[in-house]
Amino acid sequence: MKNALLKVRDLQVEFNGQRKAQALSGVSFDVAAGEVLTLLGESGSGKSVTLRSLLRLHPEKSTRIKGSVIVDGQDVLSLNAKELNQYRGRTTSMIFQEPGLAFDPVYTIGQQMTEALCAHEDLDASTAKARVLEMLERVQIPQARKRFDTFPHELSGGMRQRAMIALALICRPKLLLADEPTTALDASVQIQILLLLRELQKDTGMSVIFVTHDIGAAVEVSDRIAVMYAGRIVEVGDVASIVDKSRHPYTKGLLESIVGTENRGSPLATITGAPPNLMNLPSGCSFAPRCQKAQSKCTSQTPELETKNATSFACWNPVA
Amino acid sequence: MIKQTHSTLISEDRGGPAQPLLLVRDLKKYFPVRSGLFTKEKRFVHAVDNVSFSVSKGKTLGIVGESGCGKSTTAKLVARLISADSGKMVFDGDGVVEYGGIALKEFRKNLQMVFQDSFASLNPRLTIEQTIAYGPTVHGIPAHEAKSQARELLQRVGLSPDQFASRYPHELSGGQRQRVNIARALAYQPRLVILDEAVAALDKSVQAQVLNLLQELKQERQLTYLFISHDLHVVHYMSDEVMVMYLGQVVEKGPVERIFNTPAHPYTKALLSAIPSMNPAKRTLKPPLEGDPPNPINPPAGCRFQDRCPHVMDLCRNVSPVLMNVTNIDAFSEHTVACHLNQGMRL
Repeated sequence: MKNALLKVRDLQVEFNGQRKAQALSGVSFDVAAGEVLTLLGESGSGKSVTLRSLLRLHPEKSTRIKGSVIVDGQDVLSLNAKELNQYRGRTTSMIFQEPGLAFDPVYTIGQQMTEALCAHEDLDASTAKARVLEMLERVQIPQARKRFDTFPHELSGGMRQRAMIALALICRPKLLLADEPTTALDASVQIQILLLLRELQKDTGMSVIFVTHDIGAAVEVSDRIAVMYAGRIVEVGDVASIVDKSRHPYTKGLLESIVGTENRGSPLATITGAPPNLMNLPSGCSFAPRCQKAQSKCTSQTPELETKNATSFACWNPVA
Repeated sequence: MIKQTHSTLISEDRGGPAQPLLLVRDLKKYFPVRSGLFTKEKRFVHAVDNVSFSVSKGKTLGIVGESGCGKSTTAKLVARLISADSGKMVFDGDGVVEYGGIALKEFRKNLQMVFQDSFASLNPRLTIEQTIAYGPTVHGIPAHEAKSQARELLQRVGLSPDQFASRYPHELSGGQRQRVNIARALAYQPRLVILDEAVAALDKSVQAQVLNLLQELKQERQLTYLFISHDLHVVHYMSDEVMVMYLGQVVEKGPVERIFNTPAHPYTKALLSAIPSMNPAKRTLKPPLEGDPPNPINPPAGCRFQDRCPHVMDLCRNVSPVLMNVTNIDAFSEHTVACHLNQGMRL
């Protein structure tokens, strides 16, 4: 892809704790400048692991990372500690699922944002405060001046997530990683946050990687969707093609198992079985044990991502 | 299927088929808020405020609302896990824990609950078989019978007993644990099952499997469900009747198709349009509701939805609306709504 801001090539992550788990087995994707990519998948599919690898948040001792991650020309996996500090927050920053846990409970929202800002930019106190207030207003927190001095626990869930977004964007990063930012929120607040993210992305022109298990949320915000399963990307394409013209049986199954208004009164289509154990991945295609179209080739050879028509997919027997 | 040998637990139908299985009247629960040492004023969280509903036999009542609206507190009050400040419950024609009514132990056998957190609701030191067999033995079923019944139930919920019976909860996946919770609830041969966000924590593909299982079990055993969820799609799929709650009060209640096709309360309308669209060409442009749900501590006088309502009038700030039949369709409809707009049309 031309003018790609982020290039991930053959990223492999293995956790060597008490038990070995192959969390990612060869993930490659690009994100263009100003693009919103969604990583969609169930728990354990490697979405969050991918995001954390991009910021190198995994404990170095017990994690083995292979492959390459290039963000804005920088090779992230070979940065030293000082460069990494500059990279985190300045080039790339992250929003977490639980804003209640991501903030430090003993400092006010304003203190934490000012600290982050001053770590990256050489500003005097009053300019920094003005920047923070401006950012708080930008994420539509009412009475920003008052909220500046509140502690995280004094805010509601939706407000805390807005503050989290403000904190992530305070240094104007080029790449924003959003790890299930709306999962813990109510539906009426979820849509507010999604719309806010979309608006901020348009204003700032940053790239966003959005991780979710909710296809509805993915469709609302993203340009492209990459579907993950057992540590691999199994299908990737623009939103409309994934929704209408997906070819991978897993994507199809996911789309069919969504409960809609038309399902009432009839049994739901399901994908039988459960996602595989990452400590003991099946040989060949990881989805083969749950796939109805699996053949002998599927259990022996691993399919690679191939581009055909609207989407790229990794499957030997794609759905017509 | 469960053989007749286990029939000792089955409770007979007390009222007729037209008798609602559960009738709840004016349920109320205020939680006191710990206040400062010198503050005189006592403050209360109005968790559940005058909630009334009934569930017909063999039907599913869905309860929807945002977090903090009192859905789960209602479920806990119905199951008597916490006691209500006031209110009355009638189970199949008999008052619950009343003179001449149904005793609490008998009532609990008739009513079981499945919770959201499948891990926290299982005892980590009991195997799955022990977990399922425990309840029936408390109610006087011999241990070996309870055990064989537990294995049959495991088979029914799709977990092979040979493979799973001796495992512990931490050895199972979320979907499998939730199946165990369902099996444990069914071991009492209950007639009413409360599902409190029972599928919310599951992955989408597993969620569909569990929903199918719940629907099959309902058919097989003539169960009645109280289905609590914040996912409107799932509620639409499961329920026959829907009750919408906001800040501890019921704002709308009616048959599922009426609620979803012709919602009458502005809050219900907003909830329905907050569902993300699945069409990239028709993205949501404006959030249907501004702000967060307000604080349930000492809520405002009048309608509790007034601060977020697009149609707010002076009347709404002073007088709280009561549940009344939706007027513009027919006078005898079961579709009720608590909104002054509806009552305005009547005048």
